Amino acid sequence: MTLIINDVSRVFTSEKGETIEALSHISFEVKDEEFICILGPSGCGKTTVLRIIAGLESASAGSVSVDGVPVTSPSPKMAMIFQEYSLYPWRTVEENVALGLELKGMKKPNRMAVAKKYLDLVGLIGFEHSYPYELSGGMRQRVAVARALAIDPSILLMDEPFGALDAQTRNRMQHELLRIWEKTKKTILFVTHSVDEAVFLADRIVVLTQRPGSIKEIVTIPSVRPRERTSDEFGQIRRHLLDMIKEESDLIQ
Amino acid sequence: MTRRLGLVLPILLIIGWEVVAIIVNNPFFLPKLETVIPVLLSPFSDILGTGSLVDNALVSIERVALGFALAGAVAIPVGICMGRFSVLNDFFDVTLEILRPVPPLAWVPLALAWFKIGVVSIVFIIFIGAVFPILLNTVDGVRGVKNTWIEVGTTLGASERQVLTKVILPGAAPTIWTGLRVGFGISWMCVVAAEILPGPTSGLGYLIMYAYNLGQINVIIAGIIVIGLIGLVIDLGFKAVEKRWFGWRGLER
Repeated sequence: MTLIINDVSRVFTSEKGETIEALSHISFEVKDEEFICILGPSGCGKTTVLRIIAGLESASAGSVSVDGVPVTSPSPKMAMIFQEYSLYPWRTVEENVALGLELKGMKKPNRMAVAKKYLDLVGLIGFEHSYPYELSGGMRQRVAVARALAIDPSILLMDEPFGALDAQTRNRMQHELLRIWEKTKKTILFVTHSVDEAVFLADRIVVLTQRPGSIKEIVTIPSVRPRERTSDEFGQIRRHLLDMIKEESDLIQ
Repeated sequence: MTRRLGLVLPILLIIGWEVVAIIVNNPFFLPKLETVIPVLLSPFSDILGTGSLVDNALVSIERVALGFALAGAVAIPVGICMGRFSVLNDFFDVTLEILRPVPPLAWVPLALAWFKIGVVSIVFIIFIGAVFPILLNTVDGVRGVKNTWIEVGTTLGASERQVLTKVILPGAAPTIWTGLRVGFGISWMCVVAAEILPGPTSGLGYLIMYAYNLGQINVIIAGIIVIGLIGLVIDLGFKAVEKRWFGWRGLER
């Protein structure tokens, strides 16, 4: 699998009719099984990048392709995990997870078996028949991850998936995600505004500038895992990233 | 406990009624309890040559069912389209806002002019009464479907049709159901009112008006009680479905 983002720009037209440049000439390539974080100050368009890759929005210029095939609408090779409110409250946990397979027309016993397998992977066996509102925030995101994995995509797109969680749950979910990533060998694109999160998770971090978002730098993180959040080495990377983000945030103040 | 508290007032009303009836001692003004109860206790026996309580109730229910089903069959599909496509909503909006406040009974003369005296006119009035609440709730329900739910569906591979059947319909269902419940309440009022008007020769509304012409106030009161009870039972049915299937509403997370 190769994902190529080639010179993507995005222009919005506001309600007043002004054109707003949201993204400017974004290019990067993602290799198979790589974990990429997209990091940037709020409002820089990092979610827009992800949505264009997902095929939920279109680029004003430039292109996205997976294995040479241009992405113009959502592709079965990619699954997206949203920040929140993504589970269907009228469906049980297993029915949520099995939805993608249901849409493909897979028979009920088969898709429930697949759902169970992925619920096992995310540690939610025993909650198959619960409803989303009966679960904690962390558990709901586990369901969302299982649901995305169930259609067996090669790429997981994650839009600040842990942004609404408390700090402790967030840390635990980061560990879990790495474990799942190592086990399933998926490629992950993960949008976050948290430097700590990016440094803990990513192989490479794509840092975006203030709007119009363009690539400021792509930072490669030493591949040791598990990472010690408090080690000097990561401290230095973190400082470098924080400086960059601060520089960008200061531009608009 | 709360249920029991709610029963206090009806009991007091019945006692008060009996006391006043004894003091007034005029069956043409307020008949005694013991002249109303026999009417209620023999629902299958003919009343004043108009058929039994049950016969007339069934006639009214049948008319409501017709008008109500028709209203649902029109309002739900139109509402879904209006909720989905804002162009349609803008197109219909002003017209609906003008027609909606018109009391259903204001349509009676037109209904008579168009459809003559008979079932069609009555069904038309019921239709008018039910169609607006169902329509507006359907539009609201469809618009209230979270965008994330739709996007999750498309990223999991849902076709337009599947988005409609698997996401929008179930997502809007609780609100549509509320519309049906409100619409039914109005239908029930409309049928009785329409039957009171000159023309019909059956139905609960006709029965109580006929009883008035013959000075049978006890039959009027019995009729009113039956009208209230039928409305109550059907509303309880709507509520039970709401609780069983749509308990998730307000718990989206």
